[in-house]
Amino acid sequence: MMYIAAVFLPLLGSIVAGLFGRFIGDRGAQLVTCTLLGVSAAISGLIFKSVAIDGNAVVIPLLNWIQSGTVNVSWALKFDTLTAVMMIVVTWVSFMVHVYSVGYMSHDPSKPRFMSYLSLFTFAMLMLVTADNLIQMFFGWEGVGVASYLLIGFWFHKPSANAAAIKAFVVNRVGDFGFALGIFGVYYMFDSVGFDAIFAAAPEKAGATVTFFGIEWHAVTICCLLLFVGAMGKSAQLGLHTWLPDAMEGPTPVSALIHAATMVTAGVFMVARMSPLFEFSDTALATVTIIGALTAFFAATVGCVQNDIKRIIAYSTCSQLGYMFFAIGVSAYQAAIFHLMTHAFFKALLFLGAGSVIHAMSDEQDIRRMGGIWKHVKVTWALMWIGSLALAGIPFFAGYYSKDTILEAAYAAHSNVGLLAYGLGVAAAFLTAFYSWRLLILTFHGKPRADEHTMAHVHESPAVMVLPLVVLATGAVLAGWLGYEMFVGHDRAEFWKSAILVTAAHPTMENLHHIPSWVATLPTVVAVSGIALAYILYMFAPSVPGMLAKSFNGIYLFLLNKWYFDELYDFLFVRPAFKLGRGLWKGGDGALIDGVGPDGVAAATKAIAGKVGRLQSGYLYHYAFAMLIGVATFVTWYMFNAR
Amino acid sequence: MTDWPLLSLTTFLPLVGALFILAIRGEAQVVARNARNVALLTSVATFVVSLFILSGFDPASADFQLKESTTWLPGTAIAYTMGVDGISVWFVLLSTFLTPICILSSIGAVETRVKEYMISFLILETMMVGMFCALDMVLFYVFFEGVLIPMFIIIGVWGGQRRVYAAFKLFLYTLAGSVLMLIAMLAMYFDAHTTDIPTLMAHAFDGRMQLWLWLAFFASFAVKVPMWPVHTWLPDAHVEAPTAGSVILAGVLLKMGAYGFIRFSVPMFPIASEYFTPLIYTLSIVAVIYTSLVALVQDDMKKLIAYSSIAHMGYVTIGIFSMTTQGVEGAMYQMLSHGIVSGALFLCVGVVYDRMHTREIARYGGLVERMPKYAAVFMLMTMASVGLPGTSGFVGEFLVLLGVFQVNSWVAFFAATGLVLGACYALYLYRRVVFGKLTREDLKSIMDLSPREVAMFAPMIVLVIWMGVYPNTFLEPMHASVAKLIDNFELAKAAANGLSVAAR
Repeated sequence: MMYIAAVFLPLLGSIVAGLFGRFIGDRGAQLVTCTLLGVSAAISGLIFKSVAIDGNAVVIPLLNWIQSGTVNVSWALKFDTLTAVMMIVVTWVSFMVHVYSVGYMSHDPSKPRFMSYLSLFTFAMLMLVTADNLIQMFFGWEGVGVASYLLIGFWFHKPSANAAAIKAFVVNRVGDFGFALGIFGVYYMFDSVGFDAIFAAAPEKAGATVTFFGIEWHAVTICCLLLFVGAMGKSAQLGLHTWLPDAMEGPTPVSALIHAATMVTAGVFMVARMSPLFEFSDTALATVTIIGALTAFFAATVGCVQNDIKRIIAYSTCSQLGYMFFAIGVSAYQAAIFHLMTHAFFKALLFLGAGSVIHAMSDEQDIRRMGGIWKHVKVTWALMWIGSLALAGIPFFAGYYSKDTILEAAYAAHSNVGLLAYGLGVAAAFLTAFYSWRLLILTFHGKPRADEHTMAHVHESPAVMVLPLVVLATGAVLAGWLGYEMFVGHDRAEFWKSAILVTAAHPTMENLHHIPSWVATLPTVVAVSGIALAYILYMFAPSVPGMLAKSFNGIYLFLLNKWYFDELYDFLFVRPAFKLGRGLWKGGDGALIDGVGPDGVAAATKAIAGKVGRLQSGYLYHYAFAMLIGVATFVTWYMFNAR
Repeated sequence: MTDWPLLSLTTFLPLVGALFILAIRGEAQVVARNARNVALLTSVATFVVSLFILSGFDPASADFQLKESTTWLPGTAIAYTMGVDGISVWFVLLSTFLTPICILSSIGAVETRVKEYMISFLILETMMVGMFCALDMVLFYVFFEGVLIPMFIIIGVWGGQRRVYAAFKLFLYTLAGSVLMLIAMLAMYFDAHTTDIPTLMAHAFDGRMQLWLWLAFFASFAVKVPMWPVHTWLPDAHVEAPTAGSVILAGVLLKMGAYGFIRFSVPMFPIASEYFTPLIYTLSIVAVIYTSLVALVQDDMKKLIAYSSIAHMGYVTIGIFSMTTQGVEGAMYQMLSHGIVSGALFLCVGVVYDRMHTREIARYGGLVERMPKYAAVFMLMTMASVGLPGTSGFVGEFLVLLGVFQVNSWVAFFAATGLVLGACYALYLYRRVVFGKLTREDLKSIMDLSPREVAMFAPMIVLVIWMGVYPNTFLEPMHASVAKLIDNFELAKAAANGLSVAAR
């Protein structure tokens, strides 16, 4: 009962705030949603203790959902270690964000609506992580998509926010298209969509082949690839990443909760959940590795030249998700989830910190117009430092444990794609450190570049905003150290139990402890050098970056315009769709079908009737003439035939 | 209660109401008020009676139930036979559910010739319910064509600017198909010597003859669905029809074609259905993609939703002809869901049309500022139309795609692109109408939903969520009938294959 409450309390909060916000007022809505989420977070702690530590995994069936033929889907909540970890991440970060929002949105006129959406999102995300079958997961999957759509477009009077909201939904739908086909494929093979049934049958179907789309495939591979398309959409991997940076149009707490800590990690979670399937397809795993590694590198390069504080962190998120995926690709699922957990803390911290900065700078988001404010916002400044240290993977901060494990795992996979991932990952680690310190230096250090009016207003955020930051910072410092042994260390088998399956063919996690020492130290070395480079370029020689940008203008523009993905898609899909639509409407429906069909028939009938009507002239000699011709024809015909 | 002729009662109760309205005399205002009240009362009573049908219905049985039969035309095999199975019972309920809502929605919108309008609607209801209950081919034909008459009048009299053009287009398209259907029915009568539908289902028509009969029926049903390329009457009819007319058009009339496929084409001509399945798939896929793209560029709200209806009906035809349990049940579900969701969307258009008297999308924007309740309803229905899990739209779409994937993955692939395209046009519409800045002067005083409008949307909202969260209420009574349909289809297929093998 308590377990169920943990999932449904946020929904209750959302309904109360959404429908009765007018009656209970702003304060009431905030109080209700925050309290209910706090309770939910507390229960999640208990669930973690009971499920992950004591090993009491359970499935709680709620209600029969869809029953048609052999398809039999129920609403059911599944709690195992993977779910418990995700619940901790989701509810705790969400709780912090809820509390933070009370302060951050204090000037906004529609607070109940905002709190309602946030709680709705949390509910959908909890449904996603507690799903015990693919279709319920799809429910949560689409649910978070809608909540994200609503929150990105929260400021509905801004055209850019509306555009970003639609873009997020549609790009995610492209991913869902793959996800849905993946579900159909899985059902085709296993005659079930329930996780337990699929996982039990997976080993015996490992060698099966199927024919989809006219091609004979290795069955598990095609299913996994289709599912992975869904994961790519939600987790903003290369190709389907374009919505994430735009999603920063939403209020900053949203970016922290949805577009950093939780929703975007749903793809990682899904693939980890499906590990008993992915393990049987080396092709799918290799694809995941390559996409992940490329994303990690690509997003990091773009992050280095962006000027919007939130966009930099957004690309950073994209890049870190790439890390998680290539960890999965080399069968280091545990490392991926470990990084997911630590990342949630420090990335939420960074975003909320950025929000605090934006709040202080009177809604300025361009780091070129900041600088020198650290004295005025000391707490935020210190917390942003902690977040960045954790992100860059500096020893003993959370990111150090998880990111290094991932890079080591990539090397330890002893495969070509693993080495590629290691190489790109190390390069991305260098860039990560560089752009993080570029952001820190340009925002907090150096000379103030904002106008005096703004500078005079710079102030530390209220306690209701700072306290959540402190909690998250604690996580960013301690989560790695606390979780290491459980998640990826010696206790991992006991901790994960059956939640994640790794076959004997992929002993990456065992190999981890037998790798050359340079492999383990290299990421730290490049991170420190990245920081050093940022100091040199932006602190000591601030004129150099401008010169670099000028002399390598092509590369600079390429990066600044995000490798021109948006322009490419606009050219390839958006504009042709509208053009085609208009063409089909006017040409196909209008000219062809109507022209030949009803309008054409009507016009023809009218024309023929008109001509026939003219025969009826009323002159006797016309009729006599016609009769004569008729008689003549008839007689002639008769004479010829008579012979 | 069970020995009452419930089906006939449901069918003809509206007609009784219409007679009462006809008898109303007096001042114009009083007549209008009384006509509205009588119509509303009658349609609600009809809905209540139709609920008894459901309670008397045994979901475990695949047979036609609550059967009634009397001689109609003595000396012929033609009789008045009514009955429902797990397929038609839902359409009866859909019709009786939507009619009161339509009448409620007309209260503010229709001010001229109210009496005649209400009479037309009640006659329309009789025709719709009768068509879904009819178990005699001739009776079916009478109701099937009879539906057209009040619809033709509703569009032609209470419609918009180009109403006459739209009404004639509707009439021409549907008539062309119906003539062929009538000829096919005559042929069937001479072959089987009966017009009784259950008997005809058991009758095995000759393989070659099936092809011709199937095509003749197809001509009629495809127009009604409507399938590409005979769909162009629908956008025009929708645009010109009054709001309530659009609701019935989208909610029930479009289902008549698909119902015909399930009731006639598939069980009576299984070999031909099998033979023509690729044709149906192709036309449906074209419909899904083509009309979604066309919907994307519309400037008229109603036209956009009309085109989206065609795309949604594409799923239905795919599902029916996939001939898998999930496919057929999904198609059924999609129809029920679409009936409510698209009906609600047309009502949403009607709400703002009543206030501003324009359907042009560009004339709106920022409505959420003045109309939060409206925005919430519109959002829910948009999401249901997009097929969001947890709403009714998801279950149907998902089952159809799941079903068809089992037999043809390419069809599922192309049809699933509708998931993406649907999101594009629906959200794009919503954004242009509801979001953005409220800049136009005349919109600044627009009022949010009135209590009457809330009452009209409330049952639809409840149903959309109920159908999304616990669809078994609606799926369970279908199981037996759908299973029988598919079993018979498979048997006929096997028999035909055996025959051709033997002939060789």
